[in-house]
Amino acid sequence: MATPVTESTLQADAPAVDEAPPQQRAVPASEPEADSPPNVSIGSVAEGRELDESSRAVLTCHDVSIYYGAFRAVNQVTMDVRTHEITALIGPSGCGKSTVLRSLNRMNDLIVGSRVTGTIAYHGTDIYSRGVDPIEVRRRIGMVFQKPNPFPKSIYDNVAYGPRVTGMKVDSMDDAVEQALRSAALWDEVKDKLKQSGMGLSGGQQQRLCIARTIAVKPEVILMDEPCSALDPIATARIEDLMIELRADYTIVIVTHNMQQAARVADRTAFFTAEAAEGTGDRTGHLVEFDLTSKIFSNPSDKRTEDYISGRFG
Amino acid sequence: MSTVAGVDAVERRPQPTDVSLRPSSARVGERIVKASMIACAAVSIATTIGIVVALLGPALQFFREVSVVRFLTETEWTPRFENPHYGIWPLVSGTLWTTAIALLVAVPLGLGSAVFLAEYASPRVRSTIKPVIELLAGIPSVVYGYFALTFVAPTVLQGLFNVEVGTFSVLSAGLVLGVMIIPTVASLSEDALSAVPSSLREASYGLGANRMRTVTRVVFPAAISGIAAALVLALSRAVGETMIVALAAGSQARMVGSATQEGQTMTGFIAQAASGESVVGSLQYNTLFAVGLTLFVVTLIINIISIRLVQRFREAY
Repeated sequence: MATPVTESTLQADAPAVDEAPPQQRAVPASEPEADSPPNVSIGSVAEGRELDESSRAVLTCHDVSIYYGAFRAVNQVTMDVRTHEITALIGPSGCGKSTVLRSLNRMNDLIVGSRVTGTIAYHGTDIYSRGVDPIEVRRRIGMVFQKPNPFPKSIYDNVAYGPRVTGMKVDSMDDAVEQALRSAALWDEVKDKLKQSGMGLSGGQQQRLCIARTIAVKPEVILMDEPCSALDPIATARIEDLMIELRADYTIVIVTHNMQQAARVADRTAFFTAEAAEGTGDRTGHLVEFDLTSKIFSNPSDKRTEDYISGRFG
Repeated sequence: MSTVAGVDAVERRPQPTDVSLRPSSARVGERIVKASMIACAAVSIATTIGIVVALLGPALQFFREVSVVRFLTETEWTPRFENPHYGIWPLVSGTLWTTAIALLVAVPLGLGSAVFLAEYASPRVRSTIKPVIELLAGIPSVVYGYFALTFVAPTVLQGLFNVEVGTFSVLSAGLVLGVMIIPTVASLSEDALSAVPSSLREASYGLGANRMRTVTRVVFPAAISGIAAALVLALSRAVGETMIVALAAGSQARMVGSATQEGQTMTGFIAQAASGESVVGSLQYNTLFAVGLTLFVVTLIINIISIRLVQRFREAY
């Protein structure tokens, strides 16, 4: 049972949550769903690496099932995402890992008929509870997509878009744009062509532009949905380096098809798989195992994880 | 077992004997199809050229008798008077008024419907409302004309809004003309908005933008070339529409100073004068072609301007 007092201290510590409107937390805190125990799954994580085991959970998923209409895409996921860590979601195609990712900032709302049960709490607040504005959720939990999708606008306007549309107060938009592009390791390549279209960049540059665009609104969490799947190995390596740099300031959740990528960048890894329901044949995703990446890749506790890691299926 | 079966399959696989890469047939069907497609496309090009040629001949004859300067500077259009004047401006002013009023109606309503259908409506609502809007396009314009004459002018304008209009006015004609072109604006703009990749919308929502900002700052600019094409087509239809204005705008060619006045449009004049009484080759006959050519040039200029505008503001995705 998380007390509201603890939650607000957590939020004050978090670097990117600048003056979150108190009523936004206060309203759902009175909801029964906010009683979700954020510590339930923490106990199962083994000690190891140089991770700070006292680090707090930014996002806590408890018993999360996701439906598209009558079809249950994901069943009963319980895991949490800790601050300043990279959490990877891996698993074979159709195991629901992207669906889980998109539920973390209510991107699934855009799909007609989608529905989430269980709780997904952001600093103790269920993001699906009444009174929560999905726009506020997405401002704090940003997203980078599988295929680079810069706006057909100039590089500058791409980065400035978020601050502009969310009404963020910035002293100088030029500085904000430069800072975001620097954080995304793109500044040196584009500083002389900020007025040119973002669509004219290479795929890897476009993806870093999308990351810069996300960083510009100063979210606390960045969700990345297979951010390198459309990129060549060199561009992929740059994005991976970038993720590790960004971990100091942000909390990252990444979906990847590439197990080596998860092993290289992630602090913790969640392995999902899909099982066909008897009768209907609908494939529903399950969380098989969630642990430190080192444990998942060296000594998984579930046979299915081991089979997947060693390339026996998936 | 499975290994043995696999080996068997490999051994039994037939080896290709014919490795020639030349075409195995003359592909006659392909050529016929291609030729007939070219012929189809050529028909519209030939028609356009034919119209221009047919317009130019008599129009040039006209300008041999009436100077271009008088045609473009005088403000009286009285081709049938004893002392005729051939100033095109009264007709142009009639066309401009009806078109402007029509656009004032059709652009907000059409774009509003398009944004609603593409961005806000659920698929079920969209699939119900879009055909209804498109149904408006199927109503014959003569019906719209009578609607303007017998309902909009007396009942709506005079009765409901207490506007002092006569039976004929550019206002009633323009309003109904606007309603007629709403489907053109709405349907084509909706197509353009829906064609914007959803990844751009997702990117915007992912940054914490609300729906209105996403529509106005991302989707709309990305769809602008399609929307502009819709508006140009609607504009061309308004400029070229004949039946509504011939019935409801009036038949007096004079400079139109306010929306409640009656006036004749270029198309209205052509419809009125092309009644078969004009002798081929006479000045009266050639006048029709001069007006037709003006109409053609006006539409052409509108098209060129809008292409320029689109190139300037377009955000190609």
